[in-house]
Amino acid sequence: MNPHATIKPSTARLAAQSHFRTLRLGTPFQPRIDALGLKQDWYNWAGYRAPHSLWDEELEYFAIRSQAALFDISPMTKYRIEGPDAEAYLDRVTLRDVTKMKPGRVHYTAWCDDDGFVLDDGTLFRLSPTRFRLCSQERHLPWLLDSAFRYDVTVEEETEAVAGLALQGPTSFAILRDAGFARIERLKIFDLAEFAHDGASVTISRTGFTGDLGYELFVPADKALSLWDRLMAAGELRGVRAIGYTALNRARLEAGLIVANADFTAAEHAIRADRLRMPDEIGLGFMIDPDKAHFNGRRAILEARARKKLRYVLVGLEIEGNIPAEHAIVYYRKSQEVGLVSAAMWSPMAKRNIALASLQRPYGDAIVDDLWVEIYAMRELQYQKLMKKAKVVPRPFIKLDRRTANPPADF
Amino acid sequence: MKTWDAIVIGGGHNGLVNACYLQRAGLDVVVVEKNDWVGGAATSRELTPGFLYSNCSYVCSLFRSEIMRDLELPRFGLQVISYEGGAVFTRDGDYLANYRDHDAHRREFARFSKRDAEAYDRYSRDVTRQCRLIQPLLMRTAPDPTSFKPRDLGELLYLGKKFAGLSSEEMALTLRFWTMSISDFLDEYFETDVIKANFALSGIIGTALGPMSPGTAYVLLHHYMGEVDGSVGAWGYARGGMGAVTRALAASFKASGGTVRTGAEVDHVLIRNGKAKGVVLAGGEEIYGKLVISNADVKRTFLKLVEEKELPDIFLRRVRNFKIRGSSGKVNIALDSLPEFPALPKDSPVYRADMHFTDSIERMERAYDDWKAGRWSTDPFLDMMIPTTLDPTMAPPGKHFMSCFVQYAPPKIDGRDWTDADRDGFAESVISQIAEYSPGFRDRIVHMEVRTPREIEAEVGLTEGNIFQGELTFDQLLFNRPVPGYAQYRSPVGGLYMCGSSTHPGGGVMGAPGRNAAAEILRDLAKPTLHMSPAHDVI
Repeated sequence: MNPHATIKPSTARLAAQSHFRTLRLGTPFQPRIDALGLKQDWYNWAGYRAPHSLWDEELEYFAIRSQAALFDISPMTKYRIEGPDAEAYLDRVTLRDVTKMKPGRVHYTAWCDDDGFVLDDGTLFRLSPTRFRLCSQERHLPWLLDSAFRYDVTVEEETEAVAGLALQGPTSFAILRDAGFARIERLKIFDLAEFAHDGASVTISRTGFTGDLGYELFVPADKALSLWDRLMAAGELRGVRAIGYTALNRARLEAGLIVANADFTAAEHAIRADRLRMPDEIGLGFMIDPDKAHFNGRRAILEARARKKLRYVLVGLEIEGNIPAEHAIVYYRKSQEVGLVSAAMWSPMAKRNIALASLQRPYGDAIVDDLWVEIYAMRELQYQKLMKKAKVVPRPFIKLDRRTANPPADF
Repeated sequence: MKTWDAIVIGGGHNGLVNACYLQRAGLDVVVVEKNDWVGGAATSRELTPGFLYSNCSYVCSLFRSEIMRDLELPRFGLQVISYEGGAVFTRDGDYLANYRDHDAHRREFARFSKRDAEAYDRYSRDVTRQCRLIQPLLMRTAPDPTSFKPRDLGELLYLGKKFAGLSSEEMALTLRFWTMSISDFLDEYFETDVIKANFALSGIIGTALGPMSPGTAYVLLHHYMGEVDGSVGAWGYARGGMGAVTRALAASFKASGGTVRTGAEVDHVLIRNGKAKGVVLAGGEEIYGKLVISNADVKRTFLKLVEEKELPDIFLRRVRNFKIRGSSGKVNIALDSLPEFPALPKDSPVYRADMHFTDSIERMERAYDDWKAGRWSTDPFLDMMIPTTLDPTMAPPGKHFMSCFVQYAPPKIDGRDWTDADRDGFAESVISQIAEYSPGFRDRIVHMEVRTPREIEAEVGLTEGNIFQGELTFDQLLFNRPVPGYAQYRSPVGGLYMCGSSTHPGGGVMGAPGRNAAAEILRDLAKPTLHMSPAHDVI
């Protein structure tokens, strides 16, 4: 009846069965966030219970811009990439030149399939000559493993094992210094360093998703709470507040940053073939380095450039008035549909009505005049339809000197 | 003597769908059904007091919602409810579940392989892309590629445009999908046996092929293109069993003035001068009609109900060659309490899902080896579920109806007919497999209905008990289904049409063949088809 040998499942595999009882996991910081989550306003971030907002989304936003904000980034997908060939491997997989990246540096980068379509964007941390961490919105383990063929490198998913925090805002530097992270002032933008914490080590990088002065901290999951407490204690006199995603999303839009599967569709998710995007089509053309060694998608990307086959362009828009144009259609001469707004808001820092939009070239590229957005603003169960002029403007929408100042200021 | 506008042979779901549309177009239609009840393979019968079985088909996803709406089936009692995902029990005492929640699904797969857990999105994307290509073809008549009629040219152009719109990579994937084995296809995405087995199930259901046989990847697609209320790929229960589908159809048909005659087995189609004039019942009664539409499969229709001399040789030969091989059986069980599965936590949603015990493709293939040797599988593949965990109408509170679809069961045992002893042996292979995972299972059994291909053919009329009225391999699809040149529901006999699952787009309780056949018939009669919704948009 049963011709095959029986293999006992590991106790770990059996113990993991019970996950079905908790559809939304807590992160390692959850006890602290739950205590501060007065609104109980959760959303699903990659299977985790993450806060939209903890107490007031507007005030949370102003905490980023005026004091410092603590945001839990643990649900972000993390891969540990290690081995003698890690540099060569990542140089092949990602767009930017990894051979020029020194240990202790961070790249904002992206990676493409063979046809040059963007699989995701993310941050690559070089922790040592042979050890990297790749962080992204979506999951890519099969792609990363398959691409490792011929390279002496191991790729391990470590999302649950590593907790992550973003500490962003004008007082973020002072808080880290006061918390006792010695020589934190030496970190320039996109630098990283290891610091002692609670008998373990925390990786702190001067990076973030807000366009502001800020840092990101990665720590083993079992040291998460002590790190949180250390930052909160040090930040008490400097106005540190925990925040949810709504506030962070506003800050990232002012910084002109894009989000996978919000501002573009990641290639492995795109069911409709025309939704695929090359880096040049979503504002990531600056990452492409034709002079570096071969990288995935290179041939297709360079061919599309040479033959002028790029079909889309992602632009920043400044829209007249103050009504956010979220998901509005973009028109040329008020009549011809040429694109879509993927994110929009009134910017408190710029005092302008800003948006990110994907347009069909040549609109937004060669033709930037006479662009309009049609805003459907629902007001007390009626659409107020507005046709507003839109101007293509450079990103980021705001530029804060404190983001890159060396040494960073106290506020 | 009355002459009906149309006589539909067989009151299965497609026959009834066809009859409903014709009746609503103003025709005077009679459905003649050999059994004392309607439903064909979509029936719910109470064989033991208090328990309602879904005797043959048991889940609903493919049935087109355009048809439900056109024929007002909700008004006549049809309700389809989604169920939880599913699970494969593994022989090591664990299980692999398919949870509906995307992240729970990933975490569950990650228990077995982190890589496979993250491979699911790409797999799902590729399967969805292929479904979207096929879906719009379901509710259209397949074009005749050799015809120069404007309609055929138009439909060919439509097909051509769909394919021309594909990138070369997608085109390659499409051709591979249509021709590959499900085993090879899954190898390109996953590495873990139980995960591959979990997906391979849909590639072999109802098919006399093994998971390593070319063509089975398409069968998987066929099971993915359904939906429950817009949730594509989801499966549900018809509340009250699958008989609820045909009960609603029959009620809708009668409400629009149609006539159903049960206990009326057709002996043969009455043909005069190459044209169908009616049917002759087994008792000799003649019923006259201007048109005759057969819901029976193509073999039964043309090899049993029509005299050979009325048919062209090549057509007959092709009908004989049409693959409609018996490959599966069904065991329906009334239980006096919910079975326990020690591998499953007591609060697991899997109790409300479909359950399987075949945890590797190799085991499935070995089960198929038995079929090739003319035996039922000693280690069969089961698609088992307990609908009463979600549907309170099928058994008294606390008691349960369990539906077990069983594969493989050959049409003949060692070349001879099935015997009652064979049937009991077949049932025992099923019960003993379940009992391996559910101690005390035998003691809970109150009643059991065992259906081998013999019973299915004898009662429902499906040749060899093939649930799709012909295998869903690509050589038998589109303009080749059932026979080249006769893929548009017409036959060599004037006035004789086909509307069963032997025709495009094939089996599963879909209703599309019945509907498409009605559209062709009304076209021949130059009648409007305004009461027939076009297929829902695929955007």
